[in-house]
Amino acid sequence: MQTFRRSANTVFVVSPVALVLGVGGLIALAYALQGSPYVTRAFDEREQPVQFSHERHVAGNGIDCRYCHTSVETSAFAGIPPTKTCMNCHSQIFADSPFLEPVRASFRDDRSIAWTRVHDLPDFVYFDHSIHVNKGVGCSTCHGRVDLMPLMFQVETLQMNWCLDCHRNPEKYVRPRDQVFRMDYQPPADQISLGRKLVADYNIRSLTSCSTCHR
Amino acid sequence: MNDATPNDLAAIRARLEQARGPEYWRSLEELAGTPAFQEALHREFPQGASELTDPVSRRTLLKLMGASLALAGITACTRQPAEKIYPYVRQPEELVPGRPLFFATAMPLDGYGTGLLVESHEGRPTKVEGNPEHPVSRGSTDAFAQASILGLYDPDRSTAITYLGEIRPWGAFLTAAKAAVEARRARGGAGVRLLTGTITSPTLGEQIRALTAEFPELRWHQWDPAGRDQARAGAALAFGEIAETHYQLGQAAVILALDADFLACGPASLRLAREFADGRRLTGGRREMNRLYAVEPSPTLTGSVADHRLPVPATAIHGFALALAAALGVPGLPQPRDASAHAGWIVPLARDLQAHRGRSVVIVGDEQPAAVHAVAHAINEALGNVGTTVVYTDPVEVSPVDQLASLSELAADMEAGLVETLFILGSNPVYTAPADLEFGRRLEKVKQRFHLGQHLDETAALCQWHVPEAHYLESWGDVRAADGTASLIQPLIAPLHGGRTAHEVLGALGQQAGQSAHSIVRAYWQARLAPEGGPAFEGQWRRALHDGLIPGTAATARAVKLAVLGDRVAEPPPRQGLEIVFRADPTVHDGRFANNPWLQELPKPHTKLTWDNAALVSPSTAARLGLANEDLVELRYRGRRVEAPVWVVPGQAADSITVHLGYGRERGGRIAAGPGFDAYRLRTTSAPWAERGLEVAQTGRRYRLASAQNQQMIDARPVVRSATLEEFRRQPGFAREMAHEPPRTLTLYPEQEYKGYAWAMTIDLNTCIGCGACVAACNAENNIPVVGKTEVSRGRRMHWLRVDRYYRGDPENPEAFNQPVPCMHCEKAPCEVVCPTAATVHSAEGLNDMVYNRCVGTRYCSNNCPYKVRRFNFLLYQDWNTPTLKMARNPDVTVRSRGVMEKCTYCVQRINQARVEAEKEGRPIRDGEVVTACAAACPTKAIVFGDQNDAASAVAKNKAEPLNYSLLGDLNTRPRTTYLAAVRNVNPEMPGARAGGGDDHHEAGR
Repeated sequence: MQTFRRSANTVFVVSPVALVLGVGGLIALAYALQGSPYVTRAFDEREQPVQFSHERHVAGNGIDCRYCHTSVETSAFAGIPPTKTCMNCHSQIFADSPFLEPVRASFRDDRSIAWTRVHDLPDFVYFDHSIHVNKGVGCSTCHGRVDLMPLMFQVETLQMNWCLDCHRNPEKYVRPRDQVFRMDYQPPADQISLGRKLVADYNIRSLTSCSTCHR
Repeated sequence: MNDATPNDLAAIRARLEQARGPEYWRSLEELAGTPAFQEALHREFPQGASELTDPVSRRTLLKLMGASLALAGITACTRQPAEKIYPYVRQPEELVPGRPLFFATAMPLDGYGTGLLVESHEGRPTKVEGNPEHPVSRGSTDAFAQASILGLYDPDRSTAITYLGEIRPWGAFLTAAKAAVEARRARGGAGVRLLTGTITSPTLGEQIRALTAEFPELRWHQWDPAGRDQARAGAALAFGEIAETHYQLGQAAVILALDADFLACGPASLRLAREFADGRRLTGGRREMNRLYAVEPSPTLTGSVADHRLPVPATAIHGFALALAAALGVPGLPQPRDASAHAGWIVPLARDLQAHRGRSVVIVGDEQPAAVHAVAHAINEALGNVGTTVVYTDPVEVSPVDQLASLSELAADMEAGLVETLFILGSNPVYTAPADLEFGRRLEKVKQRFHLGQHLDETAALCQWHVPEAHYLESWGDVRAADGTASLIQPLIAPLHGGRTAHEVLGALGQQAGQSAHSIVRAYWQARLAPEGGPAFEGQWRRALHDGLIPGTAATARAVKLAVLGDRVAEPPPRQGLEIVFRADPTVHDGRFANNPWLQELPKPHTKLTWDNAALVSPSTAARLGLANEDLVELRYRGRRVEAPVWVVPGQAADSITVHLGYGRERGGRIAAGPGFDAYRLRTTSAPWAERGLEVAQTGRRYRLASAQNQQMIDARPVVRSATLEEFRRQPGFAREMAHEPPRTLTLYPEQEYKGYAWAMTIDLNTCIGCGACVAACNAENNIPVVGKTEVSRGRRMHWLRVDRYYRGDPENPEAFNQPVPCMHCEKAPCEVVCPTAATVHSAEGLNDMVYNRCVGTRYCSNNCPYKVRRFNFLLYQDWNTPTLKMARNPDVTVRSRGVMEKCTYCVQRINQARVEAEKEGRPIRDGEVVTACAAACPTKAIVFGDQNDAASAVAKNKAEPLNYSLLGDLNTRPRTTYLAAVRNVNPEMPGARAGGGDDHHEAGR
């Protein structure tokens, strides 16, 4: 008596292949998912207490990054502007706008505006803005074209392989120091040769030890 | 280790003489070679450390199951929860977000101040460093100062002004306090009393002076349980007036400490430790060092670094001092009762002191009776030391009084009903007063009782009014250092719980009601520095705040005239029986730090006990009385009794039992109330420090103590290496020659080249005094959790840096050595190759990195670490919930969770910060720019850190010293942390003087 039907032969051949493909597919899916905007929250515009537009302030008014993010050249933390910085202008301009009421309330009541962090590294990662800016890493390299963002969102994964890409090959991304704060900076066609020169000029070292960022 | 009897002294001695036992040993168990010890030695953690042995209740089981279910879903693949950023509304001008600021202030302890620089992260003080400009600190701190950060954030501090337990506003207190005083204005304030600790604060002194001028009958009492009454009385006896004694060890060649733990206790200890260490460093070609003799009842840190140490009961020090004076031919002193006692010691000692006239010094501990102090003054005078190593000044205190008499008088007046209103400012007399004063009972006879204190302690419980006292990091104030230098105390943070200072309370009683402490202190100094005010004063005031001290305020040396002492310093009649010695606890002091878990878990010197005090007994006395470690005994002294566990301590004087004050509290916080026994219950006015007549009775019960002594041990090899100065001169490279190091090529590990920085550390065993400041500093810098007594006894202590203590020689009086052991940062690290997740890897600069987010907790690394320096979070030791404790954390270091291995990182956050700063300026990191937390705190600067590839760096120079050796160098791990061997300046004429120092020949002490 025949225990298995003839179709069992096909199953016997197909099933290991399907298993390998299936497991591989699942792993690939997990990788894809882990780097996807679903997990990294890239391109996800966060709700903020004030509808602050970088587009208006940067592209429209031409305000430099450092007018608000004052400590970006000196500290690990780029700095979120105190309410006072907003009020420097908005006590005069749009002083009655209902959109700015949370800002005026903050200034009046001496209570911080609770911004939602957009670029949020895990707590075991220690990133330092000042050294990156000083070594010729442009704002837009990591933060994208902020001048085109009405509401702020993240454009990169901020995951470790993304960090390491630049830490291993800094010449691919560095730009001249005087271009760091330019939003519309376009790398030249021969970025690699410029990059190699800047890496030498700025004494950029490829720091990939764990304790460079984890401590 | 509990069942074996380490008391078989005869057997131990026999082992020692046959030199079969180890030359250096850690505990009596090791000497006796008990099976339990052998097991502990070879295990990575004690048995059971990796098992959850707590009885599982139904509730915990359900919690664990619930947690497992919940955690199963939310592992690594989750999106991060949204985080908020709260920027300033108006950002302070000098503040750069993300970068700490440092402010100078001073920490008062027992009235005297230590200058500090405190690190502040956006208004949150997180770390204390020494103030290099301050004459006492000189850039260093002690463990108390390091742990004071946690004291500030202590969640058990009192939080509200209360009257009979009900919350009241400050205004109500002001009204009540003022009314209490005003009601007695007609009688000049009679019936109003003030009780404070020792006061050196010029402003407080002025406030009290003004108050007593307004109310001439108001009386002021001072009391510190670990005060300096005897030193004051000794000066009064010797000179007819109270003068402050200052020691200058920089010029001292021979130092005799008579029951004086001057390196670790007392207001000037940081300065003395530095001067002592500077006189001992054998680096840079120096071949001379000072010589320290210690005569003491109980082993202290000073004793542990002494070249010669003699255990003598505290009550016999008097006779010793007189015998020494007689041997030196000091005139006008009585003869000792027993001139022959310790003659073998005294004769060569006297000769050594004589040979170094003007460059020797005799230091007497604050606990010794006044007569001994007076004798020492006479000896120092006779040796010509006054003016060189000993300097006298006017007293630094505002009002130097006999505090015991002052408190006794207050207690007697309370009994007699003469005290109607009592203000207790920052003192806890109900707990700390001698038992025979019955302070608690008498206090209730006082009609109005006001208490200012940081905790709802024993005294607060008996007072109607309680005001939370501001921590020094929340206060404005001033304090004098041991040398008289006035320091300003400025707040790092607004009072967390609305605390008030003594300035404000005293101001409320007098003419400064409603004034802030800031304006009171400022007004005082304006009147002194520049009464006209304005820019002239503002400049000086800002300078003083910036520097942390007011220049030119140190006390100036003056001449004193030695009186004829004669029979006034004769020995008291002898008493019989065991001796009881009271001492302030090395970590919780007089009990004020009992609620500080960092200090509770800091292993105490010698005993390595944590979370408890014990009755310290010498091995011979223990054998005679049939006592063993952890036996619970009843101590009976003059009709008073208290139950205490026994701890057998090598080097304790025979027939002398030391108990430490500060434990067995009933109130004062969740941690304070509980551990240990209350030695104050045996302490009386007639014997505040030591007396004979103690009886010890077995209870038949045992009490578990958590000692870190037999934990994280390294197997017997020449771990600590030492020699005599003579041997060192003859054979400078003795330490390296003691063990064979294999050729560098003999390794299976991949070769790595270090072209840039190569971080390294040296620890000088010759100057390390084992004080534990480094451990406390490491706790604060690296967010290290406390684990509690049970966990310590299971060997789960989390300290990244431990101080091992080794003994050598006879258990009755061994030589002691302290060895701090952090991660060695091996170039060929055995931990790295066994990690299955690459969570511990090598950095390009030679650091052995630990990556917490990769660690899955296999513990293979710690299993493979020959130095046993890795620590595993067996449970969730961090407190993630208490809001104030979150504020205490260093934001630059990850807070680790359960299931993660951790260890010393060489303070990589400080290295990274320095690298960023240097790179921005386009220069290499300078030598001395990176200072690890342990090296910064170290009072003797025994720890040096830097780049060993930079030949000019201090660490590279130390590595080139002949004394430099690697721990377990025979394993070829090439540790980056190396040690400079200890050298003892032995006087060959002393009995039992160590002749050898090599590895083979062995001298078993006397």
